[in-house]
Amino acid sequence: MSQTPDKPEHVAGEALLEVIEPTSAAAGNEIHQVRGPLSWRSELRRQWGRRRTIWAFGLLLALPLVLVGSFAFGERSGNSGRGSASSRIFDLAQSGAANFSLVLVFLASELLLVLLAALFCGDAVPSEASWSSLRYLLVAPVQRARLLTSKLVIGIASTLLATVLLPAWGLLVGGIAYGWDPLTNPLGENLTWGQFLPRLALAMAYIFVTLLPIAAIAFWLGTRSDAPLAAVGGAVLVSILLNILDQLDALDPYRNAFPGHYSRAWQDALAVSPDWTDMLHGALWALVWAVGFTMLAYRRFRRSDILS
Amino acid sequence: MSVRASLLAALVVGSSLTMAAAPAAHAAAAADPVTPQAISVPVGAEPDGTAVRLDVSVWPQASGKHPVVLLAHGFGGTKDSVTSQANDLHDRGYVVIAWSARGHGQSGGRIHLNDPAYEIADARTLLDLAAKRPDVELDAPGDPRSGVMGASYGGALGLMLAGSDRRVDGVVSAITWNDLADAFFPQAAVTRPATTAAGRSPIDVAGPFKQVWATNFFLSALRGGGQGAQGAQGAQAGGQSGGAAAGAARCGRFDPTICRLFVQASETGTASPQLTALLRAHSPKPTMNAVTAPTFIVQGVGDSLFGLDQADANVSALAASRTPYAVRWSDGGHDAASTHETEELDASYTWLDHYVRDKASASRSESALPTAAFTYGTPAGRAGQPTTLHTLTAYPGLSGAPLQTRQLPLSTTSGTLLHPPGGQPASLIAVPGLAALGVSLSTYQIAALPGQSTALDTEPVAEATTVVGSPTLRLTVTSDTPDVTLFASVWRVTGGSVTLTNPLVAPVRLAVTPGRPTPVTISLPAATYDLPAGTRWRVLLTSTESTYSNSRTPAAIRISDASALTLPVATGAAVGGAVAGGVDTETLLASGALVLLLLLALGGWLVRRRRRRHLPARPDLADIPLVVEGLVKTYADGHRAVDDVTWRAEKGQVVGLLGPNGAGKTTTMRMVMGLISSDAGSVHVLGEAVSAGSRVLGRVGALIEGPGFLPHLTGRQNLEAYWSATGRAPEDAHFDEALDVAALGGAVDRPVKSYSQGMRQRLGIAQAMLGLPELLILDEPTNGLDPPQIAAMRPILRRYAETGRTVVVSSHLLAEVEMTCTHVVVMHAGRVITQGPVAELVDSDDTTILDLPEHVDHDVVSAGVHALEAADGVTEVRVDTPTRIVVVADRGRAEVVAAAVTAGLPVVGVSSRRHLEEVFLGVISSASAPAAGAEPADDGESLVERLRQVRAR
Repeated sequence: MSQTPDKPEHVAGEALLEVIEPTSAAAGNEIHQVRGPLSWRSELRRQWGRRRTIWAFGLLLALPLVLVGSFAFGERSGNSGRGSASSRIFDLAQSGAANFSLVLVFLASELLLVLLAALFCGDAVPSEASWSSLRYLLVAPVQRARLLTSKLVIGIASTLLATVLLPAWGLLVGGIAYGWDPLTNPLGENLTWGQFLPRLALAMAYIFVTLLPIAAIAFWLGTRSDAPLAAVGGAVLVSILLNILDQLDALDPYRNAFPGHYSRAWQDALAVSPDWTDMLHGALWALVWAVGFTMLAYRRFRRSDILS
Repeated sequence: MSVRASLLAALVVGSSLTMAAAPAAHAAAAADPVTPQAISVPVGAEPDGTAVRLDVSVWPQASGKHPVVLLAHGFGGTKDSVTSQANDLHDRGYVVIAWSARGHGQSGGRIHLNDPAYEIADARTLLDLAAKRPDVELDAPGDPRSGVMGASYGGALGLMLAGSDRRVDGVVSAITWNDLADAFFPQAAVTRPATTAAGRSPIDVAGPFKQVWATNFFLSALRGGGQGAQGAQGAQAGGQSGGAAAGAARCGRFDPTICRLFVQASETGTASPQLTALLRAHSPKPTMNAVTAPTFIVQGVGDSLFGLDQADANVSALAASRTPYAVRWSDGGHDAASTHETEELDASYTWLDHYVRDKASASRSESALPTAAFTYGTPAGRAGQPTTLHTLTAYPGLSGAPLQTRQLPLSTTSGTLLHPPGGQPASLIAVPGLAALGVSLSTYQIAALPGQSTALDTEPVAEATTVVGSPTLRLTVTSDTPDVTLFASVWRVTGGSVTLTNPLVAPVRLAVTPGRPTPVTISLPAATYDLPAGTRWRVLLTSTESTYSNSRTPAAIRISDASALTLPVATGAAVGGAVAGGVDTETLLASGALVLLLLLALGGWLVRRRRRRHLPARPDLADIPLVVEGLVKTYADGHRAVDDVTWRAEKGQVVGLLGPNGAGKTTTMRMVMGLISSDAGSVHVLGEAVSAGSRVLGRVGALIEGPGFLPHLTGRQNLEAYWSATGRAPEDAHFDEALDVAALGGAVDRPVKSYSQGMRQRLGIAQAMLGLPELLILDEPTNGLDPPQIAAMRPILRRYAETGRTVVVSSHLLAEVEMTCTHVVVMHAGRVITQGPVAELVDSDDTTILDLPEHVDHDVVSAGVHALEAADGVTEVRVDTPTRIVVVADRGRAEVVAAAVTAGLPVVGVSSRRHLEEVFLGVISSASAPAAGAEPADDGESLVERLRQVRAR
């Protein structure tokens, strides 16, 4: 504000008027599209530099380092007495890269990844609305469905990246901090690296699929609200509510269909002889909810009046 | 299953989900139209001569001849305990006979524990009864086509009936005993290594008394007696006069002899020869060799009462007599529910169907069995999960199948332990029924009491193994007492934790010479164990076990020379419940819902694509940049923001959209850009209809209700990001020229969040101009701009339009519009009240504006004005400013000027223009005053006429 009075009398806009004359003669020629409107690349560029993206991934990358640091601190303070079950889990985490990354996934899959999925997918549309840039995208013109698709693809891709990054970074940090030992299970079911890595990949793929319903709910809320917080917070709230309902035995056959019901089934993939039933059920139900809410989002956004 | 499925389906499609529906629907599906006939059947009298009638239910078949199934209940139950199985069997085409056993429910008599002379004889009477029924199929006169099915107490009855009555054609017997004496006084010290999976040939010393189970058994009958009919109640009513009556009260409905022997055993902890003989006689064991009916045996790992060794003994007898048999090891039993209960029931029904209903040949045991000869489950990875089923074509060690074994060496082979005086404290290992409650204790600390136990650890398992049956080991026992009791249990050692594999113990009781080492072979609890490579086992030997009656005499015991463990191993074909049964219901439901949704999405997409193709284009309007016709928009709250708005913008025009706040300008703009949908009317840009995201919007640049930018990007990056979103070639954008319009200087490379409102506004205008669109729509472009910037913007817009493009500007700054625009559309309360060229609107014949020089004497002016007012045809004279006089007259302009000069006004200039503000205010007031739109604005000319009239008033 302070330093742009801009009165160098070269007359603003003169340059534009100079280039405009010749083109007007050729006016009426068709618009030359190089790419589809709001290509994935351009949407990625819109989201990538954002502070929320940087913070989200920063937190994700910091988590293993914080774990390593706190374990080291705990050792120094020297109270390594017979602890509770949870402290035994953390003892286990320090027995090698594989265990460390698994504990990391265990800790993060409950809330952190859910939150990130809700953030990446729920915030994409309402943040544009809150910056008033949504209407400019739409008149650029970007078709409503196209806009949603680009936003969703980038949101889902970011979620996928976070899901992949977490165990990979955990393996690296764990390996450097605690050595490259393969998985040792408290129940004596040890997996070699050759068995563990594909299983871990499968478990992460499953976790990713179970994140999709929350992502889709956040996305749908995002098309209904102009406030990013409403979309992200709403989706997390829904996930918490469903978790509470999931505790009720009275809902027994029905709760299987809840998005979060099979959220821990990924642990099955790491058993010596895995049972795929729960993972299959969980993945299918997750896809049902994800597709359902995504459809609702498209339906809503296609018809809504953009007043932001 | 199907009920659950349909309810889940209801949930998925979102129809009403009421919990009340679940039990109702379930009851509807399970309810059988056939209600059993209750009859009372006289059977053999009690030893004391009391007549006994059994309470019997018969599920009849309406027509034809049908096989019959005797359905026996478990100990402490009644005929009602088996109703659901009876319904199932009835549906499969059987006449079903269920009865409350002697001493149970409404039946009379006392409990004789499956005495061949009483309970078994009763069952034979029921077969006679069946043979007389008209709906029962007969093999021969008096010989009904019949099967017998039961669990536990009922299971033993079935085996004993089949062993004593040839008329039985098929048996299903679950979780039952072979030798009741061995079940209550189990002995795991064996004479020779096992030849079958769970085989146990105990030495000739009765084992320790299984106190807790025996008491439970006893109490359950006592409870039955309390609630039961005549017996106990009658005795109590008779008073405490005699000892017999008191005994009867204590014994409930038990036969007094059995009761007395049981109480005695409980007091001493040892089996009297009488009791042993009695229990052995009340077992299938003596008659097992005589069973010729094909027999299906289900026995559970989770059973500390009748272990797998009991089933093994029954099966061995069947194999010896070449009777067809199949064995199924469940993970349930008296301690826990099976995780494959449905499959086990199905297999049982299939067995009866095959041999009883369909009369498959039972002569050759090799003839195809309806189920695998041996089915067992390996423990699931997680608690609560169903076990993984495996099958073998023969029971290991029988029918020619070899018993495969593997050695697992011990790393500890000796140890010492004490038997505490008084037998207390006792190790707590297998608490019966605890698993059924879902309680799993981490029990090593309370099992391995210090000094009272010895742990024999194995070496790690080299290669993953599945143990199916009883592992055995040999060791040498030295004690300072002649009577030694040991309890062996199997634990798994991982890292620092030791977990119990199964809540089972193998009790050993030896008669030794004090101080003399005695070799003994111990058969550890039979079960299925999964041993992944690297696992270590621990055989825990304790001197006490809380569920057994422990000796009160102290002892010091030394264990030495323990041999390697001999493990019976098997590799069966995995069945895997879900895989075998195809796709389970939940998968089916979920994938069904998914497919449905995807189809719906596909359908919606196709419909929309088709609809989009059918948007009407107007080739006749192809040359006109913007045509708005009959636009109507009513918001959800009922407010009609835009009402029948029609106007157009031609090439080269700068059109000003004017109106007070709430006139509907912005709503119209948003509809023009396809941001909101119109209720009626159309917008055409260059002849193409505009809807949300129409391609033709690419030829329109817009600034609507303030700019919108990504705050974290710089001004230049924002324009680039916007242009990249259009997908058009970067060289078409003219970034530098557009930024020149914004005149941001060095600020273009700072993030937008640091910009002032004016800078954002200018950047917004520059963004609208990117790509030099043919139609430029600017909503309040001068907001936040200072006067020099406004002045700079003015020629840009004019010259932009002069290139043959079109500019639409909405504004409330009338002077600005007047100076910038060539045409004007005036809106008020959602309607267009006037439109036309600015020049035409402000121009008028009856108004003359006279300019006076500066510093004219005020008196001169007022005198002149008065004179002019008096002149002919002059309607109004108004002094706008000291140098400007407006004259309205119906005379020619020349005459007005002449009159003014005559009136002494020093006129230096004459013009015909009014200010747009006047026009605007006049139009607005006229539109508001006369009850609005009596005649719609159809013609520009007539409107102008009306305006003048308004002005004239």
